[in-house]
Amino acid sequence: MNNSMSQQIVISGVGGQGVLFVTRILAEAAILKGLRVFTSETHGMAQRGGTVLSHLKVGSFSSPLIRAGNANGLLALKANSLAQHGYYLKPGAWAVVNSSQEIKPGSELLVYTVGAENLAQQIRNPKSLNLIILGFTLAAIPDTIKNRLFCHLEDIKTVLQHRLGKKKKLLDDAVNAVEAGYNAFVAI
Amino acid sequence: MLLGWRRLLSKRKLMLGNEAIANGLMENGCAVAASYPGTPASEILSSFAALDRKRPDQRHIQWAVNEKVAFEIAYTASMTGLRAAVSMKQVGLNVASDPLMSAAYLGVRGGFVVISADDPGPHSSQTEQDSRLMAMMAKIPVLDPDSPRQAKEMVKTAFELSETFEIPVMLRPTTRVCHARQDIEQGNVLQNKRDVDFQKDPARWAATPKFRLQLHRELEKKLDAVSRYQKTAPIRLYNRAKSSKALVVSGVAAAHSKEILKDLNLRDVIPMYQVLQPFPLHQDFISHMIDTYSNILVIEETTGIVEMQFADRHRVKGKLTGSVPAVGELLPETIQKIIGKFAEIDIMDIDLPSEPGVRPTLCAGCPHRAAFFAIKKAAPKGIYPSDIGCYTLGLNLAAVDTVLCMGAAVSQAAGFYHAYKHETKPPDIVATIGDSTFFHAGVPALIDAVVQRVGFVLVILDNRTTAMTGNQPTPAVGTGARGETLNPVDIEGLVKGCGIQFCRVGDPYRLNEFIALLKEAVKYGRKNGPAVVISRRSCLIDRMKEETPGWQPVKVEITDTCDGCGFCVNHFECPALVLNQNQEKVRIDTLLCNGCGVCISVCPKKSIKGIKNPV
Repeated sequence: MNNSMSQQIVISGVGGQGVLFVTRILAEAAILKGLRVFTSETHGMAQRGGTVLSHLKVGSFSSPLIRAGNANGLLALKANSLAQHGYYLKPGAWAVVNSSQEIKPGSELLVYTVGAENLAQQIRNPKSLNLIILGFTLAAIPDTIKNRLFCHLEDIKTVLQHRLGKKKKLLDDAVNAVEAGYNAFVAI
Repeated sequence: MLLGWRRLLSKRKLMLGNEAIANGLMENGCAVAASYPGTPASEILSSFAALDRKRPDQRHIQWAVNEKVAFEIAYTASMTGLRAAVSMKQVGLNVASDPLMSAAYLGVRGGFVVISADDPGPHSSQTEQDSRLMAMMAKIPVLDPDSPRQAKEMVKTAFELSETFEIPVMLRPTTRVCHARQDIEQGNVLQNKRDVDFQKDPARWAATPKFRLQLHRELEKKLDAVSRYQKTAPIRLYNRAKSSKALVVSGVAAAHSKEILKDLNLRDVIPMYQVLQPFPLHQDFISHMIDTYSNILVIEETTGIVEMQFADRHRVKGKLTGSVPAVGELLPETIQKIIGKFAEIDIMDIDLPSEPGVRPTLCAGCPHRAAFFAIKKAAPKGIYPSDIGCYTLGLNLAAVDTVLCMGAAVSQAAGFYHAYKHETKPPDIVATIGDSTFFHAGVPALIDAVVQRVGFVLVILDNRTTAMTGNQPTPAVGTGARGETLNPVDIEGLVKGCGIQFCRVGDPYRLNEFIALLKEAVKYGRKNGPAVVISRRSCLIDRMKEETPGWQPVKVEITDTCDGCGFCVNHFECPALVLNQNQEKVRIDTLLCNGCGVCISVCPKKSIKGIKNPV
């Protein structure tokens, strides 16, 4: 086990998109890998369609929040999330953005875009775009870079099985969505 | 490795701060817990109820009608020798402050923990008030956790402290503790001690003012002893640093500061102390700090409680000296800047962009939206006092003019009425209040309005749940925190019992009928005093909701007659109705639409049509 693993990821979107669910899945994947994990979430009124932001810190941390300029990656469930929350990213960090149009990174960032709404329509699961983006991220972020992800597709599937194991239909839908996102990147 | 994943995921659990506190209650034999929901504290009680369902042990766990009632129930259990806890958000503590002040004098028998969750920011509250000041006013000790893990440990400390000194103890988490998640090991569950034994002692439990003076003396003695209690004394972190300067940190500010000191390579440079019990601050600690350091910076949220207990104003900096901002959440970026300045090192200044973000809105198909639209139709020039809940978002529809605190919609309506009643043409007043808020604090105000013949309409937005905080049951539902069946309280009966003559129930989804009903109520109110309209329709996102019999979602479509006038978007503000800048027609977002069908009646040009559902 890699005890020096230290990663800070920001996940942003609006209430109802499933930002908190993705954060939990990733956090549980960290536990599965024997890593320490700390997250911070938005609850309350913002969950009624307002901006929702999660911080995920994997490794040895004492604070629940990521400081500006310290994040290794950003999962943006809304196209404008990169402009809104990009300031959390450090130089060389990655961002996966839900957008059907290409986005040119303003600074030294690795930006990937995925048209998650279209993919969600294709797999007839319109509310699964959070998991599609997660799947896409798992495929897109190469293991060779310094800011590589701490977990892989198989880890996420294990976590989903643990969480949804008793609900066959939900589990199948969730795994399908993650795989659809994953394969969408592989196909590029 | 895969062999062990089930074990791994069940041994070290990803726990929300509030869940960690609930585990602390479970592991330390808490027998009675009560709460009223409020962000960021809501999940404490629901998590405790969920844990209890898995391992029942004759506990009593309940949602109470308000925080005062919750406090009194839990406190009285502690008088019988049981361990008990009450949880709430910081403004809930205002409601429970009456029993809090008195209970401090009387003391406890079984350990009694008051959990009051603060919300620096504020993210989801009307104030940034610091519950630790309330602990100070009540003269009870308060513990300030920096993380979910520490919050769980502090539940144990709080029970021990409470029983050692027979005093209520406050645990004060903040939003960043309550709504953080950490991997935490589950501990062993302590069998709760069920030696219920209320020992009558009227001189104590029913003390008259004469005895209260003696109780106050005893309380001061207890506090003095608590300020020497070693288990809650401040801790010195990283022992190597030597300097004439020192940092004193508490709560989440401590969590941020630890990480910042590491990143700035200051752990061996500036001594840092973490305060666990901000009040009463340990006397030896105060002496040690003043004797040892000439320059002390205190970082804490939200008020300078620790800071103000250092008597030497020349050596101590913090909120009171303007060295730490007095308003708003202490974000790690801010703390980094403050520590950098204190250590006299250069910190790269990062400009945090102000985040415009997306404003929250009522869900598509929310019955509140229909009710607000109807209110504006029935009393277009009215004054609209409102209250605390999802329906505060009626602001977006210009159907909410005031929000003060729980229950105030009713008394503010009365205030407006009395202020305007001598005018020749007083405005119509239509107040809105949620069902849960009505039970919480609206009832006494309604009785007052009946007595004073206040001419107004109260619309009780009865969605059969406490929606904003995660759909906890209201007294009208008759369901307990663990899902058990209880007695429901009938809202109509209660309203009539308050002395209201005009009390009618309507369905806001039947928009035109509902507008007519409101008009009738407004007319009645002008002449005869208070009228109540109960707007009844279940919350869409309540998983326990009862469906209205015979009702089916309506599929709607925009017809060719839509000219993109924007009336529905501006005045109905449903997120499923979309009119982009360069579009000529409104579009229905079918993913968001919940099929309430209300917009059909909203469109002035009749350009929204319902499609009959094929059976």
